[in-house]
Amino acid sequence: MVYLTRVEHFNAAHKLYNPEWTLEKNEEIFGKCANENWHGHNYELLVTVKGKPDEGTGFVFDVKRLSTLIREQVTEKLDHRNLNLDVDFMKGKMCSTENLAIGIWQQLQPHLPSAIQLHAIKLYETPRIYVEYFGE
Amino acid sequence: MSKKVAVFRREHFNAAHRLFNPAWDEAKNNSVFGKCALPHYHGHNYELEVKVTGIPDPTTGYVIDLKNLSDIIQRTVLEKFDHKNLNLDTVEFKNLNPTAENIAVVIYEILRPELSADQELQIRLYETPRNFVEYPA
Repeated sequence: MVYLTRVEHFNAAHKLYNPEWTLEKNEEIFGKCANENWHGHNYELLVTVKGKPDEGTGFVFDVKRLSTLIREQVTEKLDHRNLNLDVDFMKGKMCSTENLAIGIWQQLQPHLPSAIQLHAIKLYETPRIYVEYFGE
Repeated sequence: MSKKVAVFRREHFNAAHRLFNPAWDEAKNNSVFGKCALPHYHGHNYELEVKVTGIPDPTTGYVIDLKNLSDIIQRTVLEKFDHKNLNLDTVEFKNLNPTAENIAVVIYEILRPELSADQELQIRLYETPRNFVEYPA
């Protein structure tokens, strides 16, 4: 079994704000991240798939196809967007890095061929903050 | 010893912005600024490097006390821009397009009066890990 990772990136605006709470409670829980006019990040996305290298190609998966898939299903929907307002698969969810990683997994998983498995989504919100999701 | 030395302080802030010239129509903004003109903003992790050059003070050995420089940047720059929308939340960019170039110039102008005349100042600002600007050039 070999693990293959493709690194992509996107830039987006968001805010952390629970509409069921008061402004005061949002500011207490989320601090500056609740700023009503948004803030933003350079997100770094690592998508890891696993499988056995194909005997004919030596590839776990054609990484160009993986890159195209990530672009079509994920980064074109996120890049230079407002995560709270513009992204269909984040509608009604809190735009935390955790939920975004789960959302990205759900976007990609149905499009992968059965011979390979999605192993991990690793998503950096800043160079110092990242989350990992393994589909559990 | 009277040799000039450059010292650097690295800071960071996260902000939303969009690139948009209100004197142009939407089509022209889109053709010039592309995705950066999208109306709901996007954002960046900005990395800021502040370079101060001077002759080390003979009594302290410092060009500038880096803790003081850090405090100045925190108070005058980061509190203004961190977790803000540069277009909506800051007076500096009410009528100025918040490109990395303009942000670097604005930060320079904020910090310049905080330093003494014999301390040279240069700003390097990373908008992404791959895009960065310097001012003065």
